[in-house]
Amino acid sequence: MSVLKRNYPLMILAAVLLMLPLVLPNNYYYDIAIRMAINAIIVLGLNLLIGFAGQISLGHAGFVGIGAYASAILPTHFGWHPLLATAAGAAIASAIAAIVARPIFRLKGHYLAMATLGLGIITAIVIKNEATYTGGPDGMPVAALGLMGFEISGEKQWYWVLAVLLLFSFWAARNLIDSPFGRALRALHGSEVASQVMGVDIVRYKVAIFVLSAFFASLMGSVTAHYIGFVTPNIADFFHSIELMTMVVVGGMASIYGSLIGAVLLTALPQALSTFEGWETVAFGSILILCMIFMPKGLVPTLAARFGRNGQEDR
Amino acid sequence: MERKDRGETILSQFLQFLFSGITVGATYALAALGFTLIYSASNVINFAQGEFIMLGGMLTFVFMQSGMPMPLAILLAIAIPALVGIALEKLAIEPARDAEVVTLIIITIGASLVIRGLVQIWLGKGAHTYPAFSGSDPIEVGGATLLPQSLWVLGITALVVIALWYFFSRTLAGKAILATSCNPLAAKLVGINTQWVLLVSFALSAALGAIGGVLLTPITLTSYDVGIMLGLKGFVAVVVGGLGSGLGAVVGGLLVGIIEAMAAGYISSAYKDAIPFILILFILFFMPRGIFGAQVTERV
Repeated sequence: MSVLKRNYPLMILAAVLLMLPLVLPNNYYYDIAIRMAINAIIVLGLNLLIGFAGQISLGHAGFVGIGAYASAILPTHFGWHPLLATAAGAAIASAIAAIVARPIFRLKGHYLAMATLGLGIITAIVIKNEATYTGGPDGMPVAALGLMGFEISGEKQWYWVLAVLLLFSFWAARNLIDSPFGRALRALHGSEVASQVMGVDIVRYKVAIFVLSAFFASLMGSVTAHYIGFVTPNIADFFHSIELMTMVVVGGMASIYGSLIGAVLLTALPQALSTFEGWETVAFGSILILCMIFMPKGLVPTLAARFGRNGQEDR
Repeated sequence: MERKDRGETILSQFLQFLFSGITVGATYALAALGFTLIYSASNVINFAQGEFIMLGGMLTFVFMQSGMPMPLAILLAIAIPALVGIALEKLAIEPARDAEVVTLIIITIGASLVIRGLVQIWLGKGAHTYPAFSGSDPIEVGGATLLPQSLWVLGITALVVIALWYFFSRTLAGKAILATSCNPLAAKLVGINTQWVLLVSFALSAALGAIGGVLLTPITLTSYDVGIMLGLKGFVAVVVGGLGSGLGAVVGGLLVGIIEAMAAGYISSAYKDAIPFILILFILFFMPRGIFGAQVTERV
């Protein structure tokens, strides 16, 4: 496989990101594009976990919340540099993931869903209750992200920051999946017993992928906090976890570009439904059910199969 | 003398927490029984279970608001969620029958969002309640107060548990469900309509949740979004008691309720909702089969 052909989808993505500003009419659309990119990166990490390691996380928003609040609290209350705070948030999220992952991954199915869900809910409750530091249910403002006297501000600047992050994440995820690590993960999804027999240390790989996805989520939590300039506990709540999981499921489990499509579609949906209070929840729920019944593999893999393309190519 | 007084206050305080713990715990137990029932019949963990609790309370409120007498309102508020449970099985679970566990979990999460969303659109975001069944003059027991409604909750929960026990151990229909949960293929071979068993378990499980909601609402209020927390705590109760064990579900429910109330009273009321989840992490880490999962294999 030539380098050019291998990176074909990545180059299309780069081209789209470059051209997009030409058609985005105003800041409102920039804002949506930025949110799409943020979600896409979180979903990419979550998809590595759900799609490739076959493990479900119902508390991923908890990690997003940890990143967001690290970026909010550490600079405001302790005078840390925002980048250092972001790194600290990612480190804390990864550490928590690593500590809980080992015992959790010995369990399967329902129990794992329950444990991650519990973890997410506990995080959200802590954020809501520690009002001295977090501002409680009302949330708190976040300092601007500055680097060597230059401050990132406004939708247009953030757009390019996210474009670079998005490209980098997809490039990294793609390489990861084509590495021995990624092959081990896919083997794991195919058959745990078989991969164990072949010498794959399944618990170690599951822990690694869980930590990685928590890291992605926390990082994007920090980016969200700095971009919006304000955080509320909603960022860590159960519904946000479900939203993220819906994106994975709709786009396609175990499909890198499916993560992007899922994030784009389901970030746009609430905007389209925002005038109908409550219907947003109903829409999310119906999409989850219909998707699981009619295309359990998700949009991108299903379409890829229909148009007779090699499934591997779309990974 | 003074020491004796203090001893009495400590005791009455303890009793107070115990009463509120058992009351809420009974609702968790009903939800947990619902989880167990569906899990036994179909291996599905129904994440929409909490929404049935919400429906029970909300529907009773709506029907009473429209001028219906309470008993009729309650009857409808239990019957309608049962129908919703049947619809859930027919429309969402059955079409994906042979799917993976993850897929089925996601479907029931989807169903819970749909139910909650529709109720929010229909009845709005406000919190509602209705009068307790037999007045609200507290009964004094050992210095602590017990609401008459708590007695209703406990009494009816006990009746439901006994009725379920009778159903599963003494009736043909109950035994058909047990047989299906042990081995669906063998059950089919001896002539049990496993399709029917699935529908009955979903209806029964939804009704159990709704009963919990109907009983608890006069004490705790209800709104469109109470289902998630109550359902999740019911699931914690299931895991505490051990998945698939009926006795475990009841004991787990009471235990979760009591631990939550004690921790809220003695440690921190702000972290009340976090306590069952901290409990669950500990249990998953140290005894992943739950308290009853290992020994008890009989179901309800």
